[in-house]
Amino acid sequence: MVNDIAIARNDFPILKEVVNGQPLAYLDNAATTQKPQAVIDALVHYYQHDNANIHRGVYTLAERATEQYEAVRQQVATFINAASVAEIVFTRGTTTSLNWVAQTYAPTILQAGDEIVISIMEHHSNLVPWQQVAQRTGAKLRYVELTASGELDLAQYGDLLNARTKIVSLTHVSNVLGTINPIKKMTAMAHAVGATVVIDGAQATGHFPVDVQELDCDFYAFSGHKMYGPTGIGVLYGREALLTAMPPAEFGGEMINLVTRQKTDFKPAPAKFEAGTMPIAQVIGLGAAISYLQHLGWPAIIAQEQQLTAQAYQELTAITGVTVYGPTEPTRRSSVLSFNLQGLHPHDLATVLDMQGVAIRAGHHCAQPLMTDLGVSATARASFAFYNNQADLRQLVTAVQAAKEFFKL
Amino acid sequence: MNLGGLNDLYRQLIIDHAQHPHHHGELPAASQTITLNNPTCGDVIKLAVTFADDRIEQIAFSGEGCSISQASASMMTDLVQGQTRAQAKKEIQVFLEMLMENPEATQDDPDELLGDAAVLAAVVKFPARIKCATLAWKALEQAISEEEAHE
Repeated sequence: MVNDIAIARNDFPILKEVVNGQPLAYLDNAATTQKPQAVIDALVHYYQHDNANIHRGVYTLAERATEQYEAVRQQVATFINAASVAEIVFTRGTTTSLNWVAQTYAPTILQAGDEIVISIMEHHSNLVPWQQVAQRTGAKLRYVELTASGELDLAQYGDLLNARTKIVSLTHVSNVLGTINPIKKMTAMAHAVGATVVIDGAQATGHFPVDVQELDCDFYAFSGHKMYGPTGIGVLYGREALLTAMPPAEFGGEMINLVTRQKTDFKPAPAKFEAGTMPIAQVIGLGAAISYLQHLGWPAIIAQEQQLTAQAYQELTAITGVTVYGPTEPTRRSSVLSFNLQGLHPHDLATVLDMQGVAIRAGHHCAQPLMTDLGVSATARASFAFYNNQADLRQLVTAVQAAKEFFKL
Repeated sequence: MNLGGLNDLYRQLIIDHAQHPHHHGELPAASQTITLNNPTCGDVIKLAVTFADDRIEQIAFSGEGCSISQASASMMTDLVQGQTRAQAKKEIQVFLEMLMENPEATQDDPDELLGDAAVLAAVVKFPARIKCATLAWKALEQAISEEEAHE
């Protein structure tokens, strides 16, 4: 347990970069987070000492790599409180996890006329796969709408649910509005009509504890790189019975039990989903990221992110011409802040901020239907991690004010 | 604050065009209407062109975009209105080459050929913004080629 979260910033070598002559204020954590030295070291150590293909070799090195890889599966299971290690499938990332559920599991339970419910705040990766499966199966795609405060409209959601609702797929945290959705309650409502519940946890897992048994969801997807781990590695959690019923999306080496000329018997889950050589180093890096987060402890992480977000919300809205989107109540949102400066396109704003060392995102954030709903073509987005500090926040606010002056707004 | 580099990109001329774009609007009787979007940022341009013989008689644009894309469209429409298709095609080529960080590719001087749009050469130093600058020109390229395909 680190008492002073400020010290943890030193664990991230990239945060010492100088950009355009200014110290880097990295505020695009919703896109990807930076990596602590512990994760970088784990990758280097693996390649220097343990690199071998897993599950195949009978030699010591291969056994060592296999042991480390499978130990991370156990770590992930504990991290999200899965009932069993068999419920943890390694994937390429959240997008792959969601696509697999949509493309292989969903068609086994969907018929023409059935309904899939998603929300208007979904990232394209939890929207386009469902459009595709709806088109293929003849199911209908229906949307949970927003309230005026940028939260999901639970009354309207309740009205949407019915006996034809087979799948409900929702984001845990909006990557645009920062809204933390009441997943436990929404899952219970979906289960009451017999629907399977899929959760996109990409914006949640690095920011607060996630307990899949407490949420009671059926599938939960997330990415390593948004929680201080490497790119190219993600997780699909699924209830054991569902993973058993779900067909593999890919076929090949290591996922088989027995192959004969005309047919193949697969291994049980999770092995049947992990065809070919997996990103072994990235799995081990993800394990190091989880250990790192556990070492810091959630209370310190949450306190720092809430403090920065609340303060940024207040200071940005205090600038005339700035609109901040999403919930006003700090405890109902995560550390993502989307905003616009009247009279200046967010791309121009992001360029001006970059010249001052501030890295933010500008655009539609892979959520075009939400942009349409908000009546904007794009927004600027600052997103905080626990390693951000008061200096980053000052740099952001000062840079927005400088942009305003430069363009005489 | 390091805003020196910003003056290179956001010259007053660019800000003026962005804030008060020329030829902004619709052309109901256009011979060609092309809508292009920049999928990475969601910016959209709708370019309408009326051709008379081999000339661009009328041109107008509408849509959503950043200062660079709006200024670029404004400057381009100023430049090409009244010109022949051949002239416009030449200018599109020079403009796109200017932003490919490959000024040697052309013998032509952007300053002489491109009018106000020559100031957009500064966008080369901001690689993430090049697509903003080229969107309108690509729309015009497509409008001309569709017009020629119908001849």
